[in-house]
Amino acid sequence: MYSVRLSSIRHARALEMFYNAFEPAMVLLAPLLKRVGYAHLEKPVAAFERTVKGFLFDCQMCGQCALSSTGMSCPMNCPKSLRNGPCGGVRENGHCEVKPEMKCVWVQAWEGSRRMQADAKILEVQKPVDNRLKGRSSWLKVVRDKTEPAEAPGKAASKPAPAKPKADAKAPT
Amino acid sequence: MTLKSPGRLEALLLRRTFVMTAETSPPDAASAENVIDRAGCLKGLADAVNVTDGAGARAHMSAIACAAILAQHGIEPVLQFTVRDRNRLALQGDLIGAAALGIPNILCLHGDDPKNGDQPETKPVYDIDSRTLMTTARRLREEGTLPSGRPVAPAPRLFIGAADAPQDPKPEWKPDGLKAKIEAGADFVQTQYCFDLAMLRRYLARLGDHGILERLHVIVGIGPIASAKSARWMNENLFGVTIPEAIIARLEAASDQRAEGRKICVELLQELSGMQGVAGAHLMAPRQEQAIAEAIAESGLLKKRQAA
Repeated sequence: MYSVRLSSIRHARALEMFYNAFEPAMVLLAPLLKRVGYAHLEKPVAAFERTVKGFLFDCQMCGQCALSSTGMSCPMNCPKSLRNGPCGGVRENGHCEVKPEMKCVWVQAWEGSRRMQADAKILEVQKPVDNRLKGRSSWLKVVRDKTEPAEAPGKAASKPAPAKPKADAKAPT
Repeated sequence: MTLKSPGRLEALLLRRTFVMTAETSPPDAASAENVIDRAGCLKGLADAVNVTDGAGARAHMSAIACAAILAQHGIEPVLQFTVRDRNRLALQGDLIGAAALGIPNILCLHGDDPKNGDQPETKPVYDIDSRTLMTTARRLREEGTLPSGRPVAPAPRLFIGAADAPQDPKPEWKPDGLKAKIEAGADFVQTQYCFDLAMLRRYLARLGDHGILERLHVIVGIGPIASAKSARWMNENLFGVTIPEAIIARLEAASDQRAEGRKICVELLQELSGMQGVAGAHLMAPRQEQAIAEAIAESGLLKKRQAA
Protein backbone atom coordinates (compact mmCIF):
# COMPACT_ATOMS: atom_id res chain seq x y z
CA MET A 1 0.00 0.00 0.00
CA TYR A 2 1.34 3.37 -1.03
CA SER A 3 0.80 5.14 2.32
CA VAL A 4 2.44 2.30 4.26
CA ARG A 5 5.32 2.34 1.81
CA LEU A 6 5.88 6.05 2.44
CA SER A 7 5.65 5.51 6.18
CA SER A 8 8.27 2.74 5.98
CA ILE A 9 10.64 5.18 4.33
CA ARG A 10 9.97 7.70 7.10
CA HIS A 11 10.84 4.96 9.59
CA ALA A 12 13.87 3.77 7.65
CA ARG A 13 16.09 4.05 10.71
CA ALA A 14 13.88 1.85 12.90
CA LEU A 15 13.47 -0.71 10.12
CA GLU A 16 17.22 -0.71 9.61
CA MET A 17 17.78 -1.41 13.29
CA PHE A 18 15.23 -4.20 13.19
CA TYR A 19 16.83 -5.77 10.14
CA ASN A 20 20.29 -5.47 11.67
CA ALA A 21 19.05 -7.71 14.49
CA PHE A 22 16.90 -9.91 12.24
CA GLU A 23 19.59 -10.86 9.77
CA PRO A 24 22.12 -12.27 12.27
CA ALA A 25 19.27 -14.15 13.94
CA MET A 26 18.38 -15.74 10.60
CA VAL A 27 22.01 -16.59 10.00
CA LEU A 28 22.18 -18.24 13.43
CA LEU A 29 19.27 -20.40 12.37
CA ALA A 30 21.14 -21.54 9.27
CA PRO A 31 21.98 -25.05 10.55
CA LEU A 32 18.34 -25.61 11.38
CA LEU A 33 17.16 -24.19 8.07
CA LYS A 34 19.64 -26.42 6.30
CA ARG A 35 18.38 -29.49 8.14
CA VAL A 36 14.79 -28.74 7.15
CA GLY A 37 16.02 -28.15 3.63
CA TYR A 38 16.09 -24.85 1.73
CA ALA A 39 14.09 -26.40 -1.09
CA HIS A 40 11.28 -27.19 1.35
CA LEU A 41 11.46 -23.77 2.94
CA GLU A 42 11.58 -21.76 -0.25
CA LYS A 43 7.85 -21.65 -0.89
CA PRO A 44 6.53 -20.91 2.63
CA VAL A 45 9.31 -18.44 3.47
CA ALA A 46 8.87 -16.66 0.15
CA ALA A 47 5.11 -16.46 0.80
CA PHE A 48 5.72 -15.03 4.27
CA GLU A 49 8.31 -12.60 2.97
CA ARG A 50 5.94 -11.53 0.22
CA THR A 51 3.22 -10.83 2.78
CA VAL A 52 5.36 -8.88 5.23
CA LYS A 53 7.47 -6.95 2.74
CA GLY A 54 4.55 -6.58 0.38
CA PHE A 55 2.65 -4.78 3.15
CA LEU A 56 5.56 -2.66 4.31
CA PHE A 57 7.32 -1.83 1.04
CA ASP A 58 5.08 -2.94 -1.87
CA CYS A 59 7.82 -5.53 -2.36
CA GLN A 60 7.89 -7.02 -5.86
CA MET A 61 9.88 -10.13 -4.84
CA CYS A 62 12.88 -9.58 -7.05
CA GLY A 63 14.62 -12.10 -4.79
CA GLN A 64 17.68 -9.89 -4.23
CA CYS A 65 16.55 -7.31 -1.76
CA ALA A 66 18.23 -3.94 -1.94
CA LEU A 67 16.14 -2.13 0.71
CA SER A 68 19.11 -1.72 3.07
CA SER A 69 20.91 0.16 0.33
CA THR A 70 17.95 2.12 -0.99
CA GLY A 71 16.62 3.89 2.07
CA MET A 72 13.90 1.23 2.54
CA SER A 73 12.33 2.38 -0.74
CA CYS A 74 11.89 -0.62 -3.02
CA PRO A 75 13.51 0.16 -6.40
CA MET A 76 11.30 -2.39 -8.16
CA ASN A 77 8.39 0.03 -7.72
CA CYS A 78 10.11 2.44 -10.06
CA PRO A 79 8.22 2.16 -13.39
CA LYS A 80 11.59 1.83 -15.10
CA SER A 81 12.78 -0.68 -12.44
CA LEU A 82 15.93 1.37 -12.02
CA ARG A 83 18.32 -0.23 -9.55
CA ASN A 84 20.39 2.95 -9.55
CA GLY A 85 18.37 6.11 -9.70
CA PRO A 86 16.68 8.47 -10.03
CA CYS A 87 16.35 8.99 -13.76
CA GLY A 88 16.26 12.40 -15.40
CA GLY A 89 12.48 12.48 -15.36
CA VAL A 90 11.81 13.50 -11.77
CA ARG A 91 9.23 16.28 -11.63
CA GLU A 92 9.82 19.49 -9.75
CA ASN A 93 7.62 18.30 -6.92
CA GLY A 94 9.69 15.11 -6.62
CA HIS A 95 7.08 12.97 -8.32
CA CYS A 96 7.51 10.35 -11.02
CA GLU A 97 7.36 11.32 -14.70
CA VAL A 98 5.64 8.05 -15.61
CA LYS A 99 3.17 8.01 -12.72
CA PRO A 100 2.68 11.67 -11.81
CA GLU A 101 0.56 10.79 -8.76
CA MET A 102 3.43 8.81 -7.20
CA LYS A 103 6.45 10.22 -5.43
CA CYS A 104 9.65 9.18 -7.19
CA VAL A 105 10.84 5.93 -5.66
CA TRP A 106 14.43 7.11 -5.90
CA VAL A 107 13.89 10.56 -4.47
CA GLN A 108 12.31 8.70 -1.59
CA ALA A 109 15.25 6.31 -1.48
CA TRP A 110 17.70 9.17 -1.04
CA GLU A 111 15.54 10.67 1.71
CA GLY A 112 15.21 7.32 3.47
CA SER A 113 18.91 6.62 3.25
CA ARG A 114 19.72 9.89 4.99
CA ARG A 115 17.78 8.64 7.99
CA MET A 116 19.77 5.43 8.14
CA GLN A 117 22.99 4.59 9.91
CA ALA A 118 24.44 3.03 6.79
CA ASP A 119 23.60 6.15 4.85
CA ALA A 120 26.47 5.67 2.40
CA LYS A 121 25.25 2.33 1.07
CA ILE A 122 23.07 4.12 -1.46
CA LEU A 123 26.27 5.34 -3.11
CA GLU A 124 27.23 1.80 -4.05
CA VAL A 125 26.28 0.92 -7.59
CA GLN A 126 23.70 -1.86 -7.54
CA LYS A 127 24.31 -4.72 -9.95
CA PRO A 128 21.75 -5.46 -12.64
CA VAL A 129 18.89 -7.68 -11.55
CA ASP A 130 19.48 -11.42 -11.70
CA ASN A 131 16.22 -12.48 -13.30
CA ARG A 132 16.59 -16.07 -12.19
CA LEU A 133 15.88 -15.04 -8.60
CA LYS A 134 12.51 -13.43 -9.25
CA GLY A 135 9.83 -14.67 -6.85
CA ARG A 136 12.34 -16.36 -4.54
CA SER A 137 13.00 -15.53 -0.91
CA SER A 138 15.64 -12.89 -0.47
CA TRP A 139 16.05 -13.79 3.21
CA LEU A 140 16.95 -17.40 2.53
CA LYS A 141 19.36 -16.19 -0.11
CA VAL A 142 21.06 -13.90 2.42
CA VAL A 143 21.42 -16.79 4.87
CA ARG A 144 22.84 -19.07 2.21
CA ASP A 145 25.17 -16.41 0.84
CA LYS A 146 26.54 -15.84 4.34
CA THR A 147 26.87 -19.48 5.30
CA GLU A 148 27.58 -21.45 2.11
CA PRO A 149 30.21 -19.51 0.21
CA ALA A 150 29.99 -21.41 -3.07
CA GLU A 151 26.90 -23.38 -3.89
CA ALA A 152 23.82 -21.18 -3.42
CA PRO A 153 21.78 -20.90 -6.63
CA GLY A 154 22.46 -17.78 -8.61
CA LYS A 155 25.24 -17.05 -6.21
CA ALA A 156 27.92 -16.06 -8.66
CA ALA A 157 25.67 -13.52 -10.30
CA SER A 158 24.21 -11.98 -7.20
CA LYS A 159 27.00 -11.62 -4.69
CA PRO A 160 27.06 -7.98 -3.72
CA ALA A 161 30.21 -6.51 -5.12
CA PRO A 162 32.25 -4.17 -2.96
CA ALA A 163 31.47 -1.37 -5.34
CA LYS A 164 33.26 1.89 -4.91
CA PRO A 165 31.01 4.78 -4.01
CA LYS A 166 30.55 6.88 -7.07
CA ALA A 167 31.39 10.50 -6.49
CA ASP A 168 28.62 11.70 -8.75
CA ALA A 169 26.09 9.08 -7.72
CA LYS A 170 23.63 11.76 -6.75
CA ALA A 171 23.38 13.02 -10.27
CA PRO A 172 20.29 11.78 -12.07
CA THR A 173 21.15 8.72 -14.11
CA MET B 1 5.89 -9.33 -61.25
CA THR B 2 7.38 -6.94 -58.80
CA LEU B 3 9.65 -8.42 -56.23
CA LYS B 4 9.11 -7.99 -52.53
CA SER B 5 12.78 -7.32 -51.84
CA PRO B 6 15.80 -6.01 -53.71
CA GLY B 7 17.68 -9.23 -52.97
CA ARG B 8 18.99 -11.99 -55.18
CA LEU B 9 17.67 -14.74 -52.94
CA GLU B 10 14.06 -13.94 -53.69
CA ALA B 11 14.74 -13.53 -57.41
CA LEU B 12 16.42 -16.95 -57.58
CA LEU B 13 13.64 -18.61 -55.62
CA LEU B 14 11.01 -17.14 -57.91
CA ARG B 15 12.89 -18.53 -60.90
CA ARG B 16 12.73 -21.94 -59.18
CA THR B 17 16.50 -22.06 -59.01
CA PHE B 18 17.83 -24.36 -56.30
CA VAL B 19 19.39 -21.91 -53.83
CA MET B 20 22.22 -22.52 -51.40
CA THR B 21 22.39 -20.39 -48.29
CA ALA B 22 25.09 -20.55 -45.64
CA GLU B 23 25.52 -19.35 -42.10
CA THR B 24 28.09 -17.28 -40.29
CA SER B 25 28.18 -15.98 -36.75
CA PRO B 26 29.36 -12.49 -35.84
CA PRO B 27 32.81 -12.43 -34.28
CA ASP B 28 33.88 -11.33 -30.82
CA ALA B 29 35.83 -8.54 -32.41
CA ALA B 30 35.15 -4.91 -33.22
CA SER B 31 36.49 -5.36 -36.71
CA ALA B 32 34.85 -5.53 -40.14
CA GLU B 33 37.94 -7.28 -41.43
CA ASN B 34 37.31 -10.07 -38.99
CA VAL B 35 33.80 -10.57 -40.41
CA ILE B 36 35.16 -10.84 -43.94
CA ASP B 37 38.03 -13.10 -42.88
CA ARG B 38 35.41 -15.48 -41.64
CA ALA B 39 32.67 -15.27 -44.23
CA GLY B 40 34.52 -13.91 -47.30
CA CYS B 41 35.12 -17.46 -48.58
CA LEU B 42 31.37 -17.78 -49.19
CA LYS B 43 31.30 -14.92 -51.69
CA GLY B 44 30.20 -16.07 -55.10
CA LEU B 45 29.31 -19.50 -53.70
CA ALA B 46 26.47 -19.04 -51.23
CA ASP B 47 23.44 -17.22 -52.63
CA ALA B 48 22.89 -15.64 -49.24
CA VAL B 49 24.54 -15.91 -45.85
CA ASN B 50 22.59 -16.02 -42.59
CA VAL B 51 23.98 -13.98 -39.74
CA THR B 52 23.11 -15.43 -36.34
CA ASP B 53 21.71 -13.13 -33.67
CA GLY B 54 23.20 -13.75 -30.26
CA ALA B 55 23.29 -17.51 -30.89
CA GLY B 56 23.42 -19.59 -27.75
CA ALA B 57 22.29 -16.48 -25.82
CA ARG B 58 25.77 -14.99 -25.87
CA ALA B 59 26.76 -11.49 -26.87
CA HIS B 60 28.86 -11.02 -30.00
CA MET B 61 29.13 -8.26 -32.59
CA SER B 62 25.55 -7.24 -33.35
CA ALA B 63 23.97 -9.24 -36.13
CA ILE B 64 22.77 -6.12 -37.92
CA ALA B 65 26.29 -4.65 -38.06
CA CYS B 66 27.74 -7.96 -39.22
CA ALA B 67 25.06 -8.31 -41.91
CA ALA B 68 25.66 -4.75 -43.11
CA ILE B 69 29.38 -5.47 -43.43
CA LEU B 70 28.62 -8.54 -45.53
CA ALA B 71 26.27 -6.52 -47.73
CA GLN B 72 28.96 -3.87 -48.25
CA HIS B 73 31.31 -6.60 -49.43
CA GLY B 74 28.92 -8.07 -51.96
CA ILE B 75 27.70 -10.96 -49.84
CA GLU B 76 23.92 -11.00 -49.54
CA PRO B 77 22.91 -11.45 -45.93
CA VAL B 78 19.91 -13.07 -44.30
CA LEU B 79 19.74 -11.18 -41.04
CA GLN B 80 18.49 -13.33 -38.19
CA PHE B 81 16.19 -11.37 -35.92
CA THR B 82 15.42 -12.73 -32.48
CA VAL B 83 12.73 -11.22 -30.29
CA ARG B 84 14.69 -12.16 -27.17
CA ASP B 85 16.79 -9.03 -26.76
CA ARG B 86 14.74 -6.12 -28.09
CA ASN B 87 11.28 -4.78 -27.49
CA ARG B 88 8.96 -3.92 -30.35
CA LEU B 89 10.26 -0.38 -30.72
CA ALA B 90 13.85 -1.51 -31.11
CA LEU B 91 12.82 -4.31 -33.48
CA GLN B 92 10.79 -1.96 -35.66
CA GLY B 93 13.66 0.49 -35.78
CA ASP B 94 16.03 -2.29 -36.76
CA LEU B 95 13.72 -3.56 -39.52
CA ILE B 96 13.84 -0.12 -41.09
CA GLY B 97 17.55 0.26 -40.39
CA ALA B 98 18.42 -3.15 -41.80
CA ALA B 99 16.78 -2.35 -45.11
CA ALA B 100 18.52 1.03 -45.19
CA LEU B 101 21.84 -0.75 -44.70
CA GLY B 102 21.23 -2.89 -47.78
CA ILE B 103 20.04 -6.02 -46.01
CA PRO B 104 17.25 -7.60 -48.11
CA ASN B 105 16.36 -10.73 -46.11
CA ILE B 106 15.44 -11.48 -42.51
CA LEU B 107 14.79 -14.65 -40.58
CA CYS B 108 12.47 -14.17 -37.61
CA LEU B 109 13.24 -16.29 -34.55
CA HIS B 110 12.49 -16.45 -30.85
CA GLY B 111 16.10 -16.90 -29.83
CA ASP B 112 17.82 -19.20 -27.37
CA ASP B 113 16.90 -18.82 -23.72
CA PRO B 114 19.36 -16.69 -21.74
CA LYS B 115 19.42 -19.44 -19.09
CA ASN B 116 21.50 -21.50 -21.51
CA GLY B 117 23.87 -18.67 -22.28
CA ASP B 118 26.92 -17.35 -20.49
CA GLN B 119 24.98 -14.67 -18.59
CA PRO B 120 21.97 -16.65 -17.32
CA GLU B 121 20.85 -13.77 -15.07
CA THR B 122 19.82 -11.83 -18.20
CA LYS B 123 16.24 -10.68 -18.60
CA PRO B 124 14.74 -12.03 -21.81
CA VAL B 125 12.56 -9.42 -23.50
CA TYR B 126 10.00 -11.29 -25.62
CA ASP B 127 7.87 -8.16 -25.87
CA ILE B 128 6.48 -9.59 -29.12
CA ASP B 129 6.86 -13.05 -30.63
CA SER B 130 8.50 -13.98 -33.91
CA ARG B 131 5.19 -14.22 -35.75
CA THR B 132 4.27 -10.70 -34.73
CA LEU B 133 7.68 -9.59 -35.94
CA MET B 134 6.93 -11.13 -39.36
CA THR B 135 3.58 -9.39 -39.44
CA THR B 136 5.25 -6.11 -38.58
CA ALA B 137 7.85 -6.56 -41.32
CA ARG B 138 5.20 -7.45 -43.87
CA ARG B 139 3.01 -4.51 -42.94
CA LEU B 140 6.00 -2.20 -43.22
CA ARG B 141 6.76 -3.62 -46.65
CA GLU B 142 3.25 -3.78 -48.04
CA GLU B 143 1.51 -0.84 -46.43
CA GLY B 144 4.53 1.23 -45.55
CA THR B 145 3.28 1.72 -42.01
CA LEU B 146 4.38 0.92 -38.50
CA PRO B 147 1.90 -0.82 -36.16
CA SER B 148 0.95 2.64 -34.90
CA GLY B 149 -0.13 3.55 -38.41
CA ARG B 150 2.69 6.04 -38.84
CA PRO B 151 4.01 5.91 -42.41
CA VAL B 152 7.56 4.90 -43.31
CA ALA B 153 8.65 6.06 -46.74
CA PRO B 154 10.40 4.57 -48.51
CA ALA B 155 9.28 1.38 -46.80
CA PRO B 156 11.76 -1.37 -45.93
CA ARG B 157 11.42 -4.13 -48.52
CA LEU B 158 12.42 -7.23 -46.65
CA PHE B 159 12.05 -10.83 -47.78
CA ILE B 160 10.73 -12.57 -44.68
CA GLY B 161 11.86 -15.93 -43.40
CA ALA B 162 10.87 -18.22 -40.59
CA ALA B 163 12.39 -21.31 -39.04
CA ASP B 164 11.03 -24.82 -39.29
CA ALA B 165 11.94 -28.29 -38.09
CA PRO B 166 11.01 -31.15 -40.42
CA GLN B 167 9.51 -34.16 -38.69
CA ASP B 168 8.21 -37.56 -39.60
CA PRO B 169 4.52 -36.70 -39.95
CA LYS B 170 2.11 -38.87 -37.98
CA PRO B 171 -1.10 -39.73 -39.92
CA GLU B 172 -3.10 -37.02 -38.18
CA TRP B 173 -0.37 -34.35 -38.32
CA LYS B 174 -1.15 -31.16 -40.19
CA PRO B 175 1.27 -28.30 -40.93
CA ASP B 176 -0.68 -25.83 -38.81
CA GLY B 177 2.47 -24.16 -37.54
CA LEU B 178 3.71 -23.41 -41.03
CA LYS B 179 0.27 -22.23 -42.09
CA ALA B 180 0.31 -19.77 -39.22
CA LYS B 181 3.75 -18.58 -40.23
CA ILE B 182 2.60 -18.03 -43.80
CA GLU B 183 -0.40 -16.10 -42.50
CA ALA B 184 1.95 -14.03 -40.38
CA GLY B 185 4.06 -13.10 -43.37
CA ALA B 186 6.69 -15.79 -43.99
CA ASP B 187 7.92 -15.94 -47.58
CA PHE B 188 10.42 -18.71 -46.96
CA VAL B 189 11.55 -21.08 -44.25
CA GLN B 190 14.99 -22.36 -43.45
CA THR B 191 14.85 -25.59 -41.54
CA GLN B 192 16.77 -27.13 -38.70
CA TYR B 193 19.37 -29.72 -39.75
CA CYS B 194 17.72 -32.51 -41.70
CA PHE B 195 19.94 -35.42 -42.68
CA ASP B 196 17.21 -37.99 -43.11
CA LEU B 197 16.02 -37.47 -46.65
CA ALA B 198 13.51 -40.34 -46.56
CA MET B 199 11.82 -38.61 -43.65
CA LEU B 200 12.09 -35.28 -45.44
CA ARG B 201 10.24 -36.71 -48.45
CA ARG B 202 7.37 -37.81 -46.23
CA TYR B 203 7.34 -34.41 -44.57
CA LEU B 204 7.32 -32.51 -47.85
CA ALA B 205 4.62 -34.76 -49.24
CA ARG B 206 2.45 -33.81 -46.32
CA LEU B 207 3.21 -30.11 -46.81
CA GLY B 208 2.29 -30.56 -50.46
CA ASP B 209 -1.02 -32.19 -49.51
CA HIS B 210 -1.91 -29.09 -47.56
CA GLY B 211 -0.91 -26.63 -50.25
CA ILE B 212 2.03 -25.25 -48.28
CA LEU B 213 4.66 -25.66 -50.96
CA GLU B 214 3.00 -23.30 -53.42
CA ARG B 215 3.00 -20.56 -50.83
CA LEU B 216 6.34 -21.04 -49.12
CA HIS B 217 9.91 -21.70 -50.24
CA VAL B 218 11.34 -24.49 -48.10
CA ILE B 219 15.12 -24.32 -47.74
CA VAL B 220 16.38 -27.47 -46.04
CA GLY B 221 19.09 -27.28 -43.38
CA ILE B 222 22.12 -29.51 -43.78
CA GLY B 223 25.82 -29.15 -43.10
CA PRO B 224 29.22 -30.76 -43.12
CA ILE B 225 29.33 -32.82 -39.93
CA ALA B 226 32.77 -32.65 -38.36
CA SER B 227 32.81 -36.12 -36.80
CA ALA B 228 30.70 -39.04 -35.58
CA LYS B 229 31.08 -37.62 -32.10
CA SER B 230 29.65 -34.27 -33.09
CA ALA B 231 26.80 -36.05 -34.93
CA ARG B 232 25.91 -37.85 -31.70
CA TRP B 233 26.13 -34.60 -29.78
CA MET B 234 23.77 -32.93 -32.25
CA ASN B 235 21.28 -35.79 -31.94
CA GLU B 236 21.23 -35.42 -28.21
CA ASN B 237 21.38 -31.65 -27.83
CA LEU B 238 19.86 -29.92 -30.83
CA PHE B 239 16.10 -29.63 -30.90
CA GLY B 240 14.46 -31.57 -33.72
CA VAL B 241 17.67 -33.04 -35.12
CA THR B 242 18.01 -36.73 -36.02
CA ILE B 243 21.07 -37.83 -37.89
CA PRO B 244 20.46 -41.36 -39.19
CA GLU B 245 22.62 -44.14 -37.77
CA ALA B 246 23.83 -44.94 -41.30
CA ILE B 247 25.47 -41.51 -41.58
CA ILE B 248 27.06 -41.81 -38.14
CA ALA B 249 28.40 -45.27 -39.05
CA ARG B 250 29.85 -43.89 -42.28
CA LEU B 251 31.60 -41.09 -40.39
CA GLU B 252 32.93 -43.52 -37.82
CA ALA B 253 34.37 -45.83 -40.45
CA ALA B 254 36.14 -43.03 -42.30
CA SER B 255 39.86 -42.43 -41.80
CA ASP B 256 39.28 -38.67 -42.20
CA GLN B 257 35.93 -37.98 -40.55
CA ARG B 258 35.91 -34.31 -41.44
CA ALA B 259 36.42 -35.03 -45.14
CA GLU B 260 33.76 -37.72 -44.99
CA GLY B 261 31.35 -35.28 -43.36
CA ARG B 262 31.90 -32.86 -46.20
CA LYS B 263 31.45 -35.63 -48.77
CA ILE B 264 28.14 -36.59 -47.17
CA CYS B 265 27.12 -32.94 -47.27
CA VAL B 266 27.94 -32.72 -50.99
CA GLU B 267 25.89 -35.84 -51.69
CA LEU B 268 22.98 -34.45 -49.72
CA LEU B 269 23.21 -31.18 -51.64
CA GLN B 270 23.08 -32.98 -54.95
CA GLU B 271 20.17 -35.12 -53.87
CA LEU B 272 18.24 -32.19 -52.45
CA SER B 273 18.73 -30.19 -55.64
CA GLY B 274 16.64 -32.73 -57.50
CA MET B 275 14.01 -33.23 -54.86
CA GLN B 276 10.40 -32.20 -55.43
CA GLY B 277 9.31 -29.39 -53.14
CA VAL B 278 12.79 -28.37 -52.01
CA ALA B 279 13.60 -24.75 -52.84
CA GLY B 280 17.19 -24.93 -51.68
CA ALA B 281 19.63 -25.98 -49.00
CA HIS B 282 20.76 -24.05 -45.96
CA LEU B 283 24.27 -25.03 -44.92
CA MET B 284 25.15 -24.60 -41.28
CA ALA B 285 28.43 -25.38 -39.54
CA PRO B 286 29.46 -23.16 -36.64
CA ARG B 287 32.82 -21.51 -37.33
CA GLN B 288 33.37 -23.65 -40.44
CA GLU B 289 32.46 -21.29 -43.25
CA GLN B 290 35.36 -22.68 -45.26
CA ALA B 291 33.93 -26.21 -45.14
CA ILE B 292 30.56 -24.87 -46.33
CA ALA B 293 32.23 -23.02 -49.21
CA GLU B 294 34.08 -26.17 -50.24
CA ALA B 295 30.92 -28.28 -50.10
CA ILE B 296 29.08 -25.82 -52.35
CA ALA B 297 31.98 -25.73 -54.80
CA GLU B 298 32.35 -29.50 -54.85
CA SER B 299 28.66 -30.06 -55.44
CA GLY B 300 29.02 -28.62 -58.94
CA LEU B 301 25.54 -27.17 -58.62
CA LEU B 302 26.62 -23.65 -59.48
CA LYS B 303 28.23 -24.82 -62.73
CA LYS B 304 25.07 -26.73 -63.51
CA ARG B 305 23.10 -23.58 -62.88
CA GLN B 306 25.26 -21.52 -65.25
CA ALA B 307 24.95 -24.17 -67.94
CA ALA B 308 21.18 -24.22 -67.70
